[in-house]
Amino acid sequence: MKIPEVQDKPRDVREDLLDVRGLSVAVRAGRSWRTLVDGVDLAIGGGEAVGLVGESGSGKSMTARALLGLTPPGARVTGDIAFDSDQVTTMNRRALRELRARRVAMVFQDPRAHINPVRSVGDFLTEAMIANLGVAAAEAHARAVRLLADVGIPDGERRLRQYPHELSGGLLQRVMIASVLAVEPDLVLADEPTTALDVTTQSEVMAILDELRRERGMAMLLITHDLALAAATCDRISVMYAGRIVETQPSTTLTATPRHPYTSGLMLSRPSIDTVADRLPVIPGRPVAAFESGEGCAFEPRCGHAKPHCRDLRPPVQDVEGARVACVRAGELTLRGDVDV
Amino acid sequence: MSDTVIEATGLRKEFGTAVAVDDVSLTLERGQSLAVVGESGSGKTTLARMLVGLETPTGGTLRVCGRPRPPGRVSSRERRRRAREMQIVFQDPYSSLDKLQRIGGVIEASLDLHFSLTPGERRKRALELLEAVGLAERHATMLPRQLSGGQRQRVAIARAIAVEPQVLVLDEAVAALDVSIQAQILNLLADIRERSGISYVFISHDLAVVHQISEVALVMSGGRVVERGPTGALLSDPQEEYTKSLRAAVPRPGWKPSRRAVSGSAANGSAASGTAAS
Repeated sequence: MKIPEVQDKPRDVREDLLDVRGLSVAVRAGRSWRTLVDGVDLAIGGGEAVGLVGESGSGKSMTARALLGLTPPGARVTGDIAFDSDQVTTMNRRALRELRARRVAMVFQDPRAHINPVRSVGDFLTEAMIANLGVAAAEAHARAVRLLADVGIPDGERRLRQYPHELSGGLLQRVMIASVLAVEPDLVLADEPTTALDVTTQSEVMAILDELRRERGMAMLLITHDLALAAATCDRISVMYAGRIVETQPSTTLTATPRHPYTSGLMLSRPSIDTVADRLPVIPGRPVAAFESGEGCAFEPRCGHAKPHCRDLRPPVQDVEGARVACVRAGELTLRGDVDV
Repeated sequence: MSDTVIEATGLRKEFGTAVAVDDVSLTLERGQSLAVVGESGSGKTTLARMLVGLETPTGGTLRVCGRPRPPGRVSSRERRRRAREMQIVFQDPYSSLDKLQRIGGVIEASLDLHFSLTPGERRKRALELLEAVGLAERHATMLPRQLSGGQRQRVAIARAIAVEPQVLVLDEAVAALDVSIQAQILNLLADIRERSGISYVFISHDLAVVHQISEVALVMSGGRVVERGPTGALLSDPQEEYTKSLRAAVPRPGWKPSRRAVSGSAANGSAASGTAAS
């Protein structure tokens, strides 16, 4: 199922650092295919921060993984992923390794699962510099200490000798970010980087990421379930539901005037620290994955604004006052945004 | 019956040389919802586990429904009696259900332990309980793996309220759920409290969730209560620096992440790395 494209520029002009068109990912389930990502269009300019927001099963993590060619073995990836005009989908292993080593880096939700527990922090940080950038060991060590200072870890010399189990989750995530900075990539894919952290630590880690990203002109794709966090740290937000992007807007206008009923529902159902609702406005039912949805709008069964014709056709992406929305009723609905605005 | 369901005085828990909970006192009134707020390592979960009897306090006293709960071994009969006073719902709905037991069986086992019902009555009651938490009859024959995280958490709540306890302790019970499901469960918990007059001890790191579900709150840090009061006042006008920093760290419209807290936390980090509190 393809989302009919509304093209606002000729297809062969690539201005963006990352330009994804019609990305679909399906995995085998017995004899059939299960679609997890369905026709995603996504563009990130150099130095830009984009939030990809969705609930579990929305396909947001799989989208990020596809960008690096990290889909599970046997997965079927279709569509077009252009990174700085190079096609990622057709890259050979060598080119992919080069892409991952120097140009696009990933920060994962659980640093403990992605940092080798039997190697020291120093080994972890200097390995990439030595192997990929050809930096001498002593220079790599000195650089690692500076990087740790950049991410708010002052006693770098001591930390480099430590092992991951000796560091708290917040410190380890900062080490992970330092390792990303070490290769100075053009794009950072941050997949729920602060979800496992305490709120005060989350605030610090996001601030560090934000500051260093701006200083070095790195672009970021922040994958998160937390719309408020994305709105506070990204220039633009795409909201995913059932494998598709249902809405894309600049963060400021998205929170004030969401155009898709799902976006509005997500905002309203989240309890607020400032006001108490008598009852929280809920989205009924549960989130579905792409392969569970029917022919029409995947959100239709949960949508309070649905009309019978919403069931017939996958809603095309349309422009509504600066927003790109996959809802046939987007133009006629006035939806509530963040109650605090 | 007294109107105070929990009365804890000077609760303390040591693990070896580490003090997880240090001199915590609290009272919970019938029908009240009390939140315990804190970050990882604050001692909030250890406090919850002491309240339900999963940890033995090193010091302090605990009275539940007017009766003292001294530490020490108790008969299974006494343990059952205590279970009817207080139940707990855990954070992870994936590991807190037996993966080989059908959903109906989960609830019926709980009923069987505490009430003498005929098999027919038990089954009927189990279906009523599933319905009360928004599940249908067809779910009764399913296995946990056939349910989503939100549905499993509903089962865990149904199992707990099957016993008709006076107090339900919820340890980060909505933290692992999707935003849209979290709202459904919070409304469900509000409905159950309104219908039954049950009391909640709601353990959470999430200030917005706490705001929605509780009238009074304790803020814990390093095993101690640093601030307490009506939840609304505590969040709108926090007095202690720690509570202020927690509140300031919550993303909301116009919020920007802040590095200011770094020095303090980095120092904490170095101190905590030795004790591996998190």
